[in-house]
Amino acid sequence: MNGQTSALQLRGLTKRFDRLAVDALDLTIRSGEFYALVGPNGAGKTTTLRMVAGLLKPDAGSVDVFGIDALNDPVAAKQVMAWVSDEPMIYDKLTPLEYLEFVAGLWGIEPSVSQSCAHTLLVSLGLEPHLDERCEGFSKGMRQKVALAGALVHDPRLIILDEPLTGLDAVSARHVKGLLGERVRAGCTVIMTTHILEVAERMADRIGVIASGRLVAEGTLAELRQQNGHTDTSLEDLFIALVHEKAEAA
Amino acid sequence: MSSATALSWFARHELRLAWREWLAMMTGGRRRRTRAAVIGLVIFAALMHLPAWAVIGRYAGLQAPLDKTSLIVMTSTVFLAWALMLSQAIESVTRVFYARADLDLIMSSPAKLANVFSVRIAAIALTVTAMALLLSTPFVDVLVLGGGARWLSAFGVVTAVGLSAAAFAIAITIVLFRLIGPARTRLIAQILAAVIGAGFVIALQIAAILSYGTLSRFAVLTSDAATAYAPGADSLLWWPAHALLGDSQALLLLLSMGLVLLGVVMAIFSPRFADTAISASAHAASSRQGKGARAFRSGSRQQALRRKEFLLLGRDPWLVSQTLMQLLYLVPPALFLWRSFSDSSAALVLISPVIVMAAGQLAGGLAWLTISGEDAADLVATAPLSPSHVTRAKIEVVMISIGVIFAPLVAALVFLEPLQAMITAAGVAIAAASATAIQLWFRVQAKRSQFRRRQTSSRIATFAEAFSSIGWAATSALVLVVPIAAVVSALMTIAIVAATWKFSPRRE
Repeated sequence: MNGQTSALQLRGLTKRFDRLAVDALDLTIRSGEFYALVGPNGAGKTTTLRMVAGLLKPDAGSVDVFGIDALNDPVAAKQVMAWVSDEPMIYDKLTPLEYLEFVAGLWGIEPSVSQSCAHTLLVSLGLEPHLDERCEGFSKGMRQKVALAGALVHDPRLIILDEPLTGLDAVSARHVKGLLGERVRAGCTVIMTTHILEVAERMADRIGVIASGRLVAEGTLAELRQQNGHTDTSLEDLFIALVHEKAEAA
Repeated sequence: MSSATALSWFARHELRLAWREWLAMMTGGRRRRTRAAVIGLVIFAALMHLPAWAVIGRYAGLQAPLDKTSLIVMTSTVFLAWALMLSQAIESVTRVFYARADLDLIMSSPAKLANVFSVRIAAIALTVTAMALLLSTPFVDVLVLGGGARWLSAFGVVTAVGLSAAAFAIAITIVLFRLIGPARTRLIAQILAAVIGAGFVIALQIAAILSYGTLSRFAVLTSDAATAYAPGADSLLWWPAHALLGDSQALLLLLSMGLVLLGVVMAIFSPRFADTAISASAHAASSRQGKGARAFRSGSRQQALRRKEFLLLGRDPWLVSQTLMQLLYLVPPALFLWRSFSDSSAALVLISPVIVMAAGQLAGGLAWLTISGEDAADLVATAPLSPSHVTRAKIEVVMISIGVIFAPLVAALVFLEPLQAMITAAGVAIAAASATAIQLWFRVQAKRSQFRRRQTSSRIATFAEAFSSIGWAATSALVLVVPIAAVVSALMTIAIVAATWKFSPRRE
């Protein structure tokens, strides 16, 4: 696979805090793919994604985003990426529209383009009645939707989401999943961590299982089943078996 | 559990919360620092005896009966202390309504809310009084050492003043809730707290400028006019002064009045405290309507960042109250300036340090809000903008804000003393730049709402910011009167800023 067809390539990505969080991780995500990264707590999922988004500096390794060396040219890499964390970081004193105007301005998007896009996004996420309200009174789910709209308003080619469905009710979660599905169909690449294995099972083209900072298995659900000699198990059973194996090996 | 046991249990809980909050403020939330904080506090208290001696030492020998001028000065000092405590108490009460995370738990419990909130009111009064006693200790010590044990009654006066200030603060805040609703009370209470703290001194200064052409507030207090208008020596108004001098009858009366006031407030407002708290939390859950939709604006990425910062600064209740307070502090020098147009005075020099000091302090607060208080740090960090561009845009916001606030004063000074105006402008710019640099070197990722705790994150930064503002203020005044001394003052201030940089975690 060359750099042209891969949205993201990680090679030997390593990060150590008190202990090794990410251990020489190699990972390739194809352009236009919906990739779910799953793993137990403390496996290194968020640390990996934060390094990709430019929020953490790796100790070693490389990060390549659509052929751009993200460590040497972070500004160019960030131009095509969007990051959404599980804890929506928005401004309490801004309205959703003002927030999206700010995000679009940061990414240098023409106001004529971003304004209609912002409105469409907020309406599709069910925020139309709250367009002119300050975010200070919003529930966590509403805040998460505003943050997600912020990530999409500059039309990124790679969307990185860390537990994006945390705190969302069933209807909102469906909205978000629908929106992400639309983006993937339009050619966007999505990489997402989640603890909700059912979501990974239903939405992801491929699933990566990470444990102790290393990728222990990767593939479509069928491939994962085949690799582990199970034909009719759920992702949850597979996940538990893989993580258990890794723990025993360690 | 009996009602009395439940009350004492809740009182213990409140005191423990107050103690831990105070300890967290002293230690910056790090438990390992407790010992260092205690040692630091003891050293600070010991050192405070020196300025206390300088300010109050000469009054230790005062004996009853006092002349009217002394009575006026002493009573005004007690009133000033009361105003400052009232300001702190209003802040505490607002915090209880808006920031305590346990209101839901308390209100959903089967406890009698009037009793629970009576304890909470008492805890506020106790906290305010304890803090005032702590701060007044060096001053009372100096008076006791110089004038004898009779001055110990000053602790009683401070207690009475603290109790009545807490009672007034609770009444004012709840009345505000009733009159203007929870949405506006938070902002208005913060502004009130700021204005009350500074208001009395500023009012005296204004009166001094208008009547005597001086910035000294003592000019009014010691004037013949004040003596002529003051009531007779047996007036109730002088009881705080009599109590300070050791009059036990006056002291008992003051303490009783403080306790009765607090009791009345508890009896009247405790049952309403719950309703008020519910309104406040309901307000927290609702949204404020912004302005209607308007067209997105074009511009560079830095412009987008600057626009966002200006918008947030304009909507920050803390900043509104602090700016108002800084502007209030600038009223006396501005008035002085206005008077000097017709009557040129050498004392005009005093204006420059006041302006420079205010600019440094305000810039420090603004810099913390824009640089450290970034609510969406991840968003800005993942934007296609280099960190240096982000920092530059934020610094520009601070410097532009300072320019806008202080330019009118400097412009007015140009017409009177062009050289002094130039020096003041330079002082404002340097003091603001120094305070901003210190905040940049000591920046931490925090929420804007954590502003109240900004001073606990780094004591070095807090003191350095204050000393740098004082240093540049002194330098700007000295340039005008003793230029060679200004060089020494400037070098000392540069040394302070350089040493701060040396000790900073981010030497960039």
